[in-house]
Amino acid sequence: MSSDLVGKPVTEAQPSGAARLSLRELAIRYGFLLLLAGLIVFFSLATRGFASPQAAVFILQSVSITGILALGVTATMVVGGFDLSIGSIATSAMMAAAYVMVVMEQNALVAVLVCLAIGALVGLINGLIICYMRVPDLLATLGMMFLLIGLQRIPTEGRSIAAGMTMPDGSTAAGTFSANFLALGRHRFDFFIPDLVPASVVVLIVLAVLIWFFLEYTRFGRMMYAVGSNARAAEFAGAPVKAYKIWAYVISGIFSSIGGILLAARLGRGDIASGNNLLLDAVAAALIGFAVLGAAKPNAFGTAIGALFVGVLLQGLTMMNVPYYTQDFVKGAVLVIALVFTFSLLGRNAR
Amino acid sequence: MAEGAIFRIAGLGKSFGPNDVLRGVAMELRAGEVTVLMGANGAGKSTLVKIMSGIHQADRGVMMLADAPFLPATPAEAMRAGVVTVHQNINDGVVGALDVATNLVLDRLNDTGRGIFFNPRRVRREAADVAARMGLRLDLSADVTELPLADRQMVAIARAMAHEPKVMILDEPTSSLSANEAARLFDLIDRLRARGVAILYISHRMSDIRRLADRIFSLRDGQIVGRFEEKPLDYEGAVNAMLGRNLGRSGIASRAASRPIFSAEGLLISPAGRPFSLTLGAGEVVAVTGLVGVGKTRLAETLYGIHAPLGGTMQLDGSVYRPKAPAEAIARGVFLVAKDRAQTGIVLDFNIYENMSLPFLPRFSHFGVARRRAERAKAREQIKDLKIVCRSERDDLATLSGGNQQKVTVARWLSQPSRLLILDEPFQGVDIAARHDIAAKLRESAADRATLLFLTELDEALETADRILVMSEHTIVGEHRSAEVDMERLLADVAGRGIGDAA
Repeated sequence: MSSDLVGKPVTEAQPSGAARLSLRELAIRYGFLLLLAGLIVFFSLATRGFASPQAAVFILQSVSITGILALGVTATMVVGGFDLSIGSIATSAMMAAAYVMVVMEQNALVAVLVCLAIGALVGLINGLIICYMRVPDLLATLGMMFLLIGLQRIPTEGRSIAAGMTMPDGSTAAGTFSANFLALGRHRFDFFIPDLVPASVVVLIVLAVLIWFFLEYTRFGRMMYAVGSNARAAEFAGAPVKAYKIWAYVISGIFSSIGGILLAARLGRGDIASGNNLLLDAVAAALIGFAVLGAAKPNAFGTAIGALFVGVLLQGLTMMNVPYYTQDFVKGAVLVIALVFTFSLLGRNAR
Repeated sequence: MAEGAIFRIAGLGKSFGPNDVLRGVAMELRAGEVTVLMGANGAGKSTLVKIMSGIHQADRGVMMLADAPFLPATPAEAMRAGVVTVHQNINDGVVGALDVATNLVLDRLNDTGRGIFFNPRRVRREAADVAARMGLRLDLSADVTELPLADRQMVAIARAMAHEPKVMILDEPTSSLSANEAARLFDLIDRLRARGVAILYISHRMSDIRRLADRIFSLRDGQIVGRFEEKPLDYEGAVNAMLGRNLGRSGIASRAASRPIFSAEGLLISPAGRPFSLTLGAGEVVAVTGLVGVGKTRLAETLYGIHAPLGGTMQLDGSVYRPKAPAEAIARGVFLVAKDRAQTGIVLDFNIYENMSLPFLPRFSHFGVARRRAERAKAREQIKDLKIVCRSERDDLATLSGGNQQKVTVARWLSQPSRLLILDEPFQGVDIAARHDIAAKLRESAADRATLLFLTELDEALETADRILVMSEHTIVGEHRSAEVDMERLLADVAGRGIGDAA
């Protein structure tokens, strides 16, 4: 199913002969990056305050959580799969963090570890269902998404979790969000300017660099691409194909739970209504990433640029007083254009 | 211009970018004759077929069908004009989800003025008609996916025939058929010929060509370089013209194995087979031959750890060998160049060096990080060694021709020393020149390992191996030395000594 997303048409062998890149090839490689640069220049000229460190940081912060989820789902796309449960893993992790601290009165470290364990476990289960029960990836993770959306409401009987909340048995929850945990969402590091860079942005950048290096430069990443492109050939080359697929879902699960931790730290409560848009935004960023540098396949750098692109566009439009309710329309339009770009231009040019 | 030609091409040219693929092709096809087109990979065969069937448009030159200009803009237009093509990939010709009857009349379902509703009884009636005219005896209600490949091929051809074509193009129709299935296809082609269809038959297989050809054209570098029209046809001449050099049949001096590297005792690979033994020595090249479906691939994959043997023991270099997965086989130095490279060999999205290093990435890595410089150096070495035609080791596999892709797959497994190198149909879809390059490289590098080839084509086995083993019914039933081969006994072994039906 989802392999259609990464498949690119292959035409007849025709050595192009041209050593220099043609204009068309240049456009395909750098078009999206140029467009991003153009947008930034445009907004800088058209609005006041867009071209400031604060605005740049704000954009990064606004895309940090979806960006982290998008990097996770990129890993599953690389092995030819897909993970629809990322959004619900993130919200489950958020609720779990709140429950561990507020109801079970544990500290920040325990909350973080519980969240990461949940992400890894759900990813592992996803992988096992897909590889050993032979359930198609989209369906397995769709089911898991449904299950988690329901599961996260059960411990509190459908209530959101906040310090001092009333428990189902009538008592009052004694715990609070620990200050250390909240710092994950609210602390800002000095970077030339005091209190500039939020922790979530640092986490995003670190994870992006990590997954990018992992996918592009390690043999494990190379093997994951081989599995996604031709699983049988990878198997005949001695790769444990199922293990690579399962690891991809575990990575996706862990990244999603990190997103959930940051969400809980930012909100300071376990809000059952938040995180509705996470899945779609993250998937959109990963798919927009196909168009970056003419990759035509899932890639970490593209995903990061894709997330940034959406962030820049929304921030710029907001500063130009475009109403908030047009946001989803704008995101959708960007996605459609990026996909057309990827599959028509790149497809025809894919030798 | 030749008398009586129904289809004529003159001065046909086509370029892709700076690359002239066709440079003035002139050719004619006559009604009721099979014209064979031979050409090495990259000679322009596929491009010519695509122009004739309306997928590409020619840049220069003319095509005439029955003395009227023929300029199809789409495949449908070519088909309506009376030029039908049966493409190489059989499954492109049939729709798996539908039954035979619907497949046979599929094109007509698109005709305008056909009505919106699907009338199963009318479809069945029309299909029975089509099948009867072609002498096709098939269960019309069967799903196409249940049919063997040959029958699917027949369905595709029968459907093409329903258009009453004047010209039929068959692009390597036997490349995935067994000898028996091919024989049935040839009968069908004989019937088409008798009905006055002009047939353009494209193939690499000499046995097909000897069986069918009325005339042979050799295509090289986008031009027709040889026309062979007088009987008896000069087959060697046609091959030489297509290659532009004289290959000659290399007489192989059978080498004797020095010491055994691999041995198997009482090996049983399938419930349908019997236990057999096998010993392979250092430096020898052994070919296993046999009809399609006798368990050659099963044996290859068993030795490589993909299937577990049902019985018996294997020894490699004097110690027990029982691989549970390919990774284990690779670690012991047992490599497999698997059959059907597109499915099991190459990663099309990867470039040459990434494809070559794929099984050996751990050896090319420091702490998990791949050392690209080492990978690329190794790939450059192999490209030179096997004469792979490419711009650099960073070319994507998708840009290479079939023969060069196959060279990359073989080069991958030659790039590291092995104890037992297994190659399953390594010459499939490879032109004769590439085949000679690969075979020469295999023999040249064979000294320190055992080499085992699985080949359906006897000619290929005779040409490349020191020793020939014959498989029948999942069992090795005969052994021959290439130097003093007794063809009659060999063919009897292949035919299963009267058990199965002879090829």
